[in-house]
Amino acid sequence: MSGKAKKYMNPYLAGFFLGCVLLTTIYITGRGLGASGAFKSVVIKGVETLAPMHAQNTAFYSEYSKAHPEGPMKSWLVFEVLGVIIGAFLSAVAANRVSLKLEKGHGVSNTTRIIAALIGGALFGFGSQLGRGCTSGSALSGMAVMSYGGIITMAAIFGAAYALAYFFRKLWIKKGE
Amino acid sequence: MGPLVPDIISGEFNYIIALILGIGFGYALEQAGFASTKKLVGLFYGNDFTVLRVFFTAGITAAVGVIVLNHLGLLNVNIIFINPTYLWAALIGGTIMGAGFIIGGFCPGTSACAAATGRLDGWSFIIGSIIGIFAFTEGYPFFKDLYYADYQGELLINEMMGLSRESFGLLMVFIGILAFVATQKIEDIVNKRKNKWSSASIRKFTLISSIPVLIILIVMITPNKMEVMNQRIDTKIAAGECKPLLIDGDKLAYELMNNYYLYNVIDVRSKVEFDKFHIPTAINIPLDELFTIENQQLYLQNIKTNIFYADTDIHAKKACMISRYLGNSDNYALNISAAQFEENFFKPETKTIPKSKSEDIIYNFRLDAGKKLLEIQEAVLKMNKPLIKKEKRVAGGCS
Repeated sequence: MSGKAKKYMNPYLAGFFLGCVLLTTIYITGRGLGASGAFKSVVIKGVETLAPMHAQNTAFYSEYSKAHPEGPMKSWLVFEVLGVIIGAFLSAVAANRVSLKLEKGHGVSNTTRIIAALIGGALFGFGSQLGRGCTSGSALSGMAVMSYGGIITMAAIFGAAYALAYFFRKLWIKKGE
Repeated sequence: MGPLVPDIISGEFNYIIALILGIGFGYALEQAGFASTKKLVGLFYGNDFTVLRVFFTAGITAAVGVIVLNHLGLLNVNIIFINPTYLWAALIGGTIMGAGFIIGGFCPGTSACAAATGRLDGWSFIIGSIIGIFAFTEGYPFFKDLYYADYQGELLINEMMGLSRESFGLLMVFIGILAFVATQKIEDIVNKRKNKWSSASIRKFTLISSIPVLIILIVMITPNKMEVMNQRIDTKIAAGECKPLLIDGDKLAYELMNNYYLYNVIDVRSKVEFDKFHIPTAINIPLDELFTIENQQLYLQNIKTNIFYADTDIHAKKACMISRYLGNSDNYALNISAAQFEENFFKPETKTIPKSKSEDIIYNFRLDAGKKLLEIQEAVLKMNKPLIKKEKRVAGGCS
């Protein structure tokens, strides 16, 4: 990739566009957007493929497969997240932002960043299952339909992140900044 | 009327829609800069509030859109997915997600964007998420109690605060505007920038932020579709212009005895009154519920003639007018009340002894009709009942 990356879209304009996508989703399907549910489908598919006996004998997986007779991968969110990956890639190509790299705070080693992302992902993945949805499915979509559950989940996510920001500042900002 | 799934768009095509909407979602996230972890985390250190701007603008746009679509009668807000409230799971799950956010620098949706644009930390976060979800599914029996604790139903925050959807929408817009202004100030201080707010940019900001406020105010002031219709029908009735076709009780009884299958008799009184007495073969749709989608399907048809009756002929006429207004042309209103019909046909003891020959004919006809109608009722009940369609809330969220 050569040349300079384009500037990001004006945040309010991007937000308006995102809001329109969300509104269209609600109008057409009656549900909001999501993300973590697709990851869950991958997990369940993985367990069913690699350890079919275990999946049959464990209540969680057998209940899931009873509730989803068409299999975990044939879910709305799996297709939606495939779209997200395509959309993000197209957008990044158009703006010249595709590059194989690792983004991290100043002075943070690559290993630290990879491990932190792994741990952060694990926490987020776990929390999204307990909280029945992530920033997309609970917080953003919940806000649009004024769901109480969605809005308290949003408050908890951002509240906790702010409360913990100080303790993890070394991962992100320079000293004295 | 939305949502279009499952009645208008169904089955497999919904997955294509998911893919297309996902592309829009991913495109918006990447354009906003959400594939960059530094942009996301900037929110928590005060140096970049892009996330808040995008997030709040999107939430407000969609919420205002829902308000408008609901007002125009284009979206049935009673069946769209509302995240159920399980208080403890939401709070603890949210807190764990918050920790994941500040440590990992992404959330699931943005990590997918980051991965798609080649960010290795995005891939790492996704692998982490899969491990985390696996931990939950494996440890499910252990977390089950917490997962289901304190279920409070599908609560709406505006209803809990005693506000209408529109008022809460206004509140959201004001909170948003305040947050946008405040975070801009904080960002300037943290990044040691000089505040360069020109009067032109302030004007522009004010202008744009007044748009959602105006839209909600217009929604609050203008009556919705149903109110407009009721008003028009009421003025027509008051002006004496409303002349729905009327049908006489004896005529109805005769028609039901001979061709009951040609008539769709609708009782618009309450369920209690309907259960006490109703004209044989009638179905019950209370007047206030004539507008709901699943009830409309029961009388907006062109196979049978609708015959409305109620406790007074005014209500019957009104129901008749509503049906005509909504597009069904073949409607009659019964010119006598339900009670009168019952007395004429089913209470022989109260019938006056006929004085003339014509009265005698009517008396005998009604006596026969009463018996025959009951037989028809019984026969109809034995036939297959129509499938009553219930509207069901859409399943959604991240499950």
